[in-house]
Amino acid sequence: MVESESLAARAGWAVRSWWLIAAMWGRSMLTYRTSFLLGLAANVLITFLDFAVLILMFRHTRQLAGWTLAETGLLYGTSSVALGAANLLVGSVSGLGERVRSGTLDTMLIRPAPALAQLAAERFSLRRLGRLVQGFAVLGWSLTALDVRWTWDRVLMVPGLLLCGTVIFCAVFVGCSCVQFWWGDAAELQNSVTYGGSTLLQYPPTVFAKEVVAGTVFGVPLAFVNWLPALHILDRPDPLGLPVAFRFASPVAAALCVLAAGLAWRAGLRAYRSTGS
Amino acid sequence: MAVIEVEDVRRTFTVRTRNGRWRREKREVRAVDGLTFQVEEGECVGCIGPNGAGKSMTVKMLTGILVPSGGRLRVAGVDPAARRAALARRIGVVFGQRTTLWWDLPLRDSYELARRIYRIPDARYRTNLDRCVELLDLGALLDTPVRQLSLGRRMRGDLAAALLHDPSVLYLDEPTIGLDVISKTKVREFLRETNREQRTTVLLTTHDLTDIEQLCGRVMVIDHGRLVLDGPLEELHTAGGSERTLVVDLAGPHPPIELPGVRTVKVEGPRQWLAFPARQSAAPLVAAVAERYPLVDLSVREPAIEDVIARIYAGAAGEPVA
Repeated sequence: MVESESLAARAGWAVRSWWLIAAMWGRSMLTYRTSFLLGLAANVLITFLDFAVLILMFRHTRQLAGWTLAETGLLYGTSSVALGAANLLVGSVSGLGERVRSGTLDTMLIRPAPALAQLAAERFSLRRLGRLVQGFAVLGWSLTALDVRWTWDRVLMVPGLLLCGTVIFCAVFVGCSCVQFWWGDAAELQNSVTYGGSTLLQYPPTVFAKEVVAGTVFGVPLAFVNWLPALHILDRPDPLGLPVAFRFASPVAAALCVLAAGLAWRAGLRAYRSTGS
Repeated sequence: MAVIEVEDVRRTFTVRTRNGRWRREKREVRAVDGLTFQVEEGECVGCIGPNGAGKSMTVKMLTGILVPSGGRLRVAGVDPAARRAALARRIGVVFGQRTTLWWDLPLRDSYELARRIYRIPDARYRTNLDRCVELLDLGALLDTPVRQLSLGRRMRGDLAAALLHDPSVLYLDEPTIGLDVISKTKVREFLRETNREQRTTVLLTTHDLTDIEQLCGRVMVIDHGRLVLDGPLEELHTAGGSERTLVVDLAGPHPPIELPGVRTVKVEGPRQWLAFPARQSAAPLVAAVAERYPLVDLSVREPAIEDVIARIYAGAAGEPVA
């Protein structure tokens, strides 16, 4: 990896490194076949029970803060898919603190592959597919049940939203984990923002106080994962009264998140390399 | 040509100690304090020093993991901290206490990953792997999951993994720690062979002085972040003021032998222990003893290198040399 290499070549190499190492972990996990299958089954079961709670809630009420079950299902499914995909791809960065503490980050820094790619692929396991499967199932059901006029822009918005949502969650995973470069035991911060944030996004924004929703627009921009684009798909008014452009701004938000996470990672790595452990 | 150039390299870090409930005190610690040395291509250098002397930190700076606070560093012509990823392809690192092999997968899989991550051309990969398999006796182990390997076998596996990409410099951090005598010998033989045949420059840190005696033409003693001694192994004895011991058996009990330049350390019946400077030849002394005393038998004991090192450490710490 020479400085003169183009950004595209470096990104390509990072993805390839991730893939190589994830494949190694995938095979490692398969040596414990029973454990893998049990883990996957448990994962699917837990995530489906999670959605069952939502269904139970709607048996007592037709609407939740003005949103129907199918509409809430759209939020729930997209939030689960985005978080599930991000967790599958980079969720392992939460182990950064442990690696910093034990000094095993060093073994990644002496390999000619990007340390972030190596860390993200660490302990890669297909059992994390559970949430993704559940998310797609709920999303698929909600898309058939929704009473929406499916124009082209709305149809295209669904994959676009999933892609941007995944990128945003990936960036949040990485960005929040970087805190562990300084505070080694702060993995919970990242967990509360990602898993907590995802739970927030599973429910209609109208359920929450306006300050909370505003925080997800202007603070950690999770609203761009599904709340804002869903307003366009479902043709609903914005609870904050924001301009219509916000509903289409997810790619911009995703790009900004990636930039911020990238800067945080570089700063963290620089701090690590200049303090040692 | 110097492969490793270290010029007045310093590394300080701040330690925060709690002082009362809220107050914290900052203290600056110099882990590496003005280190200067060069390692020529194909050299094998042993690095010793007590725990916390700054050896590991020096190796971390040489690999580019750690950025030095001051001074100039070059490995294979590049600045390690600035070009860490580029340098990674040209160095091999083995941590004795930390394996880089894949625990649950056959040994072969770890090597396959190295081939891809280091982008080793196929032909070279095959040549290097064959060589390592033969010299390290890995043939029967290639398809065994790493978790089933004994420590000695795993170490051999780690050595091979670090050398598949033909590194020009090999760093070894305590490569023989915890190994049994046979494994140690195998590891040392392999390293000597690699150093000689492949012209790989080797820098190893160790607490086992036999590693140095058998492998390294040159030894560096680091203490308190400074280079206390740098030279051939023999210099260690000179610097440590070490003494050899002549053990003589006389015909019967005798008062302590008195000869110029000799200390009689111990008397036990007919046997006496005479200490003399390590640099000095034993022959004239033996002749002198034989001439004046009823000599029956004798043997010469080399100084224990551990004692020599201990004396150097004590000297470096500012205490009087014992």
